[in-house]
Amino acid sequence: MTTQEVRLCGLLLQEHFGNVVEKVGTHLIRSGVLTLRALAHETKLPLDLVKKSLCVLVQHGMCTFGAGRRGPAGPVEYRINCEHVFHMLRYPRYIYTAKSLYGDTGELIVEEILQRGHMTMSSTVKTVADRLTHNMPEGQSMDYSEVVSVFSQLVETHFLQRCPPLASAGSSSSGAVDTPLPVATQPTEPESHPDCYKLPYINLTGQLLQSKHSSHTKKLFSGQPLCGDDDGIYWQVNFQRFHLHFRDQAIISAVSCKLDQSSSEIVRTMLRMSEVTTPAHAAFTQALSANEIFRALLSSYNIARPILDQYLSLLVDDPMEFVGKTGDSGGGMYVVNLHRALANLARATLESVVQERFGSRSARIFRLLLRKRHLEQKQVEDFAMIPAKEAKDMLYKLLSENLVQLQEIPKTPDYAPSRTFYLYTVNQLPTARLLLQHCYKTVGNLIERRLYETKENKRLLEKSQRIEAILASLQATGAEAAQLTEVEEMITVPERQQLESLRHHINKLDSSENQVDETIFLLKSYINSTQASR
Amino acid sequence: MAGSRGRGRSQFSFSVDALGFGRGDCLPSSAHTPSPLYPPMQFRPVPLHTGEEVDYMLALKQELRASSKNLPFHIKAARTKTDVARYSDKYQNGETKNNCIEWSPDWSRMPKELCIKVRKPRKTVIGAKPQLTRKPKAAAGKEEVLQKLEKREEEQHSEEEEDEEKKKQNEEEPDADEDYDEEELEDETDYIMSYFDNGEDFGADSEDNMDEAVY
Repeated sequence: MTTQEVRLCGLLLQEHFGNVVEKVGTHLIRSGVLTLRALAHETKLPLDLVKKSLCVLVQHGMCTFGAGRRGPAGPVEYRINCEHVFHMLRYPRYIYTAKSLYGDTGELIVEEILQRGHMTMSSTVKTVADRLTHNMPEGQSMDYSEVVSVFSQLVETHFLQRCPPLASAGSSSSGAVDTPLPVATQPTEPESHPDCYKLPYINLTGQLLQSKHSSHTKKLFSGQPLCGDDDGIYWQVNFQRFHLHFRDQAIISAVSCKLDQSSSEIVRTMLRMSEVTTPAHAAFTQALSANEIFRALLSSYNIARPILDQYLSLLVDDPMEFVGKTGDSGGGMYVVNLHRALANLARATLESVVQERFGSRSARIFRLLLRKRHLEQKQVEDFAMIPAKEAKDMLYKLLSENLVQLQEIPKTPDYAPSRTFYLYTVNQLPTARLLLQHCYKTVGNLIERRLYETKENKRLLEKSQRIEAILASLQATGAEAAQLTEVEEMITVPERQQLESLRHHINKLDSSENQVDETIFLLKSYINSTQASR
Repeated sequence: MAGSRGRGRSQFSFSVDALGFGRGDCLPSSAHTPSPLYPPMQFRPVPLHTGEEVDYMLALKQELRASSKNLPFHIKAARTKTDVARYSDKYQNGETKNNCIEWSPDWSRMPKELCIKVRKPRKTVIGAKPQLTRKPKAAAGKEEVLQKLEKREEEQHSEEEEDEEKKKQNEEEPDADEDYDEEELEDETDYIMSYFDNGEDFGADSEDNMDEAVY
């Protein structure tokens, strides 16, 4: 865990769960694995607070526990899963994706499960239906069965999965053989459980009816009430599936930017067809024949068969290598090169970063070095067609930022500088890691700045909240316009301007966080793909 | 290296051309101070993405942040009482306590050692209805108040004697948690409990150095 990652984890935990959990979490990340007593002792917090914090972290899946070094007889050890903490940054994106795929119901289901960590199906359905009913106009209500159907769709497409069962000792219900706790270093994969995506049978007909009363809604159930047949079956969000979806989206948008809309639709079809057949870490999708692709293309795209063949050959010939041809049967067998696409997307990100920070000529040198691997200074000047002095200046600036490395090749055993080749080089993977750390630092800085801005203007924000509350209560009890304007005037005009600029700044900072998170996702996917292929 | 010493004495071990600058060029000045905290940027950053999607995700993010502060997962340390014990403490129990957890997790999925008493949710207004009917009887009302006060005192003692137990044992004990809502009807007083401020917060928040006078 690098410093920046620990810092970012701390800030995210503090934002969502408060200072206590942040303290416990940061200490546990830094120490690796700890027992409860050791954690309480080292953080100097009361034992109850540490217990509560660990409960929260385990509930959300960010902390795993298991039998420690002393074996099953010894104390339980806890460790934090940092990746899971970083996912908190991406919650809005997950919820928005669910909304775009499954509508408001899907959005609320994913939001509830994300906020609570893991939930049973019946409690999720009930909560979501109630929330939807409250937002609907009087008299209408949301049927539980609709919510159940959206939930089932989410499970079928693997966006939600069951929480892995704990092979835990000491579950008081079964007094049977004490199975030892799993070792803390090997968490059970949720997908290793065969019933991972099996829906439980719950009897959930009915709906929450709103009565005609304006102030309070009487909760009337029509049909049978909920019975919790699925106690103990908890559902969590399958982050990996969402990440695969984001990766596919990134590839499709890259194709549509580079080529055109129709080719991106073809790639979208190919990816959709291989969604279920391709394992998560595969380097490329299953081979699809051109005939299959043609049959699967939606008729709304209006692509004729010979046009499809032309598009496919265009995609194969493109230097970005998104699509590859692996055979000739069935009109040509085509695959989408997932890992290569990710590598190219990461490379484009690196090049764009250099371009925006150092200018287009430095970017030209950077791209040159990426392509030609090792070049001497003279060769760089020649190939990039940049005058010597400026090229030298730019190279040294890139070198000082660690984006370019220097490789020495000696001609003689003593590394005499006059008899050594100095070659400039760029390695994509280490540079991507470096940029990822910069991104973590950036998000940490953005969050801190936002906290600072909020703290500076705390008094003003509280005043405006109080006035809004007063206004709301006045409007609810039906006051005249004169009273309302009088209350509104309690905020003076310069204060209003200050509030406006504060809101603008905070929106900008939040929006930047979301955008940096997209870069983080891309770089992290690329780094993970290189690790998986080893 | 020893062999080359005798040959041209004025020769350096590196040729100046390989370094990239000529003889007469001035070298860049050495750094005397650490680089500035906010160095001036050569190129302005690209503006942020805009659009409906971006705005929606921004609104979602801010909503999530606000709502997560109200969830029971947001843990605040209970404030240690630095002042004298006050009479109003008995009636103000909205504060969180360290030894209670505000939500009920599934204890079978957690290690046994993390078990902590679950704080029962607050009684809703339905519980206050029986007392409303007694209100017209003023004399009987006073006795009720006295009885309730005695009962609460007993409950408070019994709660203090408890250790941290498992959740199953909570079902056997009476409603020991002092959870009565803050409606004025319960206490038979004319004052709304939530409006009462016993001055504990005064001066407790101003922990940073404030040069301005506090009026």
